[in-house]
Amino acid sequence: MKKDYVRPVDFRNGRVDMSHGSGGRAMAQLIDELFVAAFDNEWLRQLNDQACFAVPTGRMVMATDSHVVSPLFFPGGDIGCLSVHGTINDVAMSGARPLYLSATFILEEGFPLADLKRIVESMAAAARDARVPIVTGDTKVVEKGKGDGVFITTTGVGMVPAGVEISAERARPGDSVLVSGTLGDHGIAIMSFRENLEFETTIRSDTAALHGLVAAMVAAVPAIRCLRDPTRGGLAATLNEFARASGVGFRIREEALPVRPEVHAACEFLGLDPLHVANEGKLAAVCAPEDADRLLAAMRAHPLGRDAAIIGEAIEDPHRFVQMETGFGGARMVDWLVGEQLPRIC
Amino acid sequence: MKFVDEFRDGGLARVLAGKIERTVESGRRYNFMEFCGGHTHAISRYGVTDLLPPGVNMVHGPGCPVCVLPIGRIDNAIALALERGVTLCTYADTMRVPASGRSSLTKAKAAGADVRMVYSAADAVRVAHENPTKEVVFFAIGFETTTPPTAIAILAAREQGLGNFSVFCNHVLTPAAIANILESPQVRDIGTVPLDGFVGPAHVSCVIGSAPYEYFAEEYAKPVVIAGFEPLDVMQAVLMLVRQVNEGRHEVENEFARAVTREGNVKAKALVAEVFELRRSFEWRGLGEVPYSALRIKSKYERFDAEKRYAIVYRSVADNKACECGAILRGAKTPRDCKLFGTVCTPETPMGSCMVSSEGACAAWYTYGRFRDREAA
Repeated sequence: MKKDYVRPVDFRNGRVDMSHGSGGRAMAQLIDELFVAAFDNEWLRQLNDQACFAVPTGRMVMATDSHVVSPLFFPGGDIGCLSVHGTINDVAMSGARPLYLSATFILEEGFPLADLKRIVESMAAAARDARVPIVTGDTKVVEKGKGDGVFITTTGVGMVPAGVEISAERARPGDSVLVSGTLGDHGIAIMSFRENLEFETTIRSDTAALHGLVAAMVAAVPAIRCLRDPTRGGLAATLNEFARASGVGFRIREEALPVRPEVHAACEFLGLDPLHVANEGKLAAVCAPEDADRLLAAMRAHPLGRDAAIIGEAIEDPHRFVQMETGFGGARMVDWLVGEQLPRIC
Repeated sequence: MKFVDEFRDGGLARVLAGKIERTVESGRRYNFMEFCGGHTHAISRYGVTDLLPPGVNMVHGPGCPVCVLPIGRIDNAIALALERGVTLCTYADTMRVPASGRSSLTKAKAAGADVRMVYSAADAVRVAHENPTKEVVFFAIGFETTTPPTAIAILAAREQGLGNFSVFCNHVLTPAAIANILESPQVRDIGTVPLDGFVGPAHVSCVIGSAPYEYFAEEYAKPVVIAGFEPLDVMQAVLMLVRQVNEGRHEVENEFARAVTREGNVKAKALVAEVFELRRSFEWRGLGEVPYSALRIKSKYERFDAEKRYAIVYRSVADNKACECGAILRGAKTPRDCKLFGTVCTPETPMGSCMVSSEGACAAWYTYGRFRDREAA
């Protein structure tokens, strides 16, 4: 009998075709040579349809997030690392330590395998850096024209430490509001690459996994009340969500908001409000006023919280309005984003 | 950010607020109309009214290009895209303006029409150039600020020999609208809209200059101060208006001298004159038919005129009966006077055009100001 020979997947010039999702040998080969090789861990190596792991006692959280960002590669990141960071952050915003991830790929026929490899390797690096393995996954292929290159859905699970109760409905009047850094970097980085809108900028996406920062924050102030990463809809959406869930209002100070001058400038000429622009590596936190300075110090001591700031406080308001003292000296509301600012930002 | 933050300085704002406070005469009411939506937006966004003394009242004017576009014109644009199958290029704000039968360009797009959002008229020319098999129509709206770019687009299309590009022209004129408001019975006879002066447009005036306002100041005895769109510009303009009122003057003053001259942009005006001519009459939402208040494409350029090319027939459509956009655009009512405001009419589901554009009085109040209603209630 002749020795088996399988021609390796052509990651240089090859393209995704329908067979890569058909359940046949081509699919198995792609999984072996790309996904298992890149994400390499004990669970994936077993090649089961599921990952089996021991569950510690306590409270577990689960989060899922789909990624359809366009363009797939942007300054500061790509859809791969974004899809890892996005779900880790959703898990971490409960105060949890993320443990495992799953990843689902919807590939469009004709998508260059070289790009797919680049994306998968970026995911693998992000998961490795975050120490959160991708333990199971799925791949589907849709006909050309029925997708847009690649869509990635990731799901994550994590454990909440005992005594931590972080939830959007826990803000109380008088509580302090903090953000972990500059606002709007991700959204502006993506926009600068969009067709019809290209402008030159040095702004890079802030995409990052925030569970390390959250762990440091929870260690300093276990009684943090609310945490959320302000992605689509920006900080304005996050504060309005807290307000709605907690039945309070907020009053923030424009001058306290960390915004890069480049982002400010881009917002100015695009007619945007930095409060509505997406972030992928920032969080907003609410804590009791007496904990605020300790929480701020813990955030600033972490590399991802260097530019953290206290930006305002929760107030009693049955209407649950978010207000802002403008740098000019007046007041205005900070409302939800209306319509779409720009589709497919993450 | 340099050259912007200087005009939003809180310290300077307090100094100006103090000056205005000391200048207003006690017991006197000052009602100033800011004509432009750009000013309406700036006033709301920066909370300028918080810094004005109680006697100074700002009245929102009709200078929001999306707001004054009548329903019938949106219907025409939708018909072009849906029934004639053209690729319709439009500014983003126009997409959500309510048309007849609960339609809008956004809904037409979802129904399969090829509607594309562009940032400039030049982008529309590019779309035509890149899609030679498609008929591309640019939905041109706006005051004197957006008119020169449309003229340039038409000239560029001619130069490139584009046979598939045309413009659905809805450009309107600021002075005609101001005259219409000043002639309205509410201002002239009944006095339900007491107006003591105007904050004049910033960008429009860059194009047309300050001279066109001299007639209003003289004929209607109302002071006009042309002001930039930054909040300090508005405060300074208010101070200048208060002084004029106190001294019984009614002159055109130019606060925005860093950009506006008496003649305006001569080159831009020449471009507009080359391509466009006055319409005998044009319907405005809120103001109704206003004589000589809009432009159409000259017959010399008629092959780029979508109205001729597609034999567009205009049909006037009345606003929703409960919608107060008309009165709000004339300054006769405020958003809070409208029963629909904040209930069935919100930025997500606008009933009237003033709720659509960020420059609209209703959208500005809803987005930035409505927390004050609670204090008033």
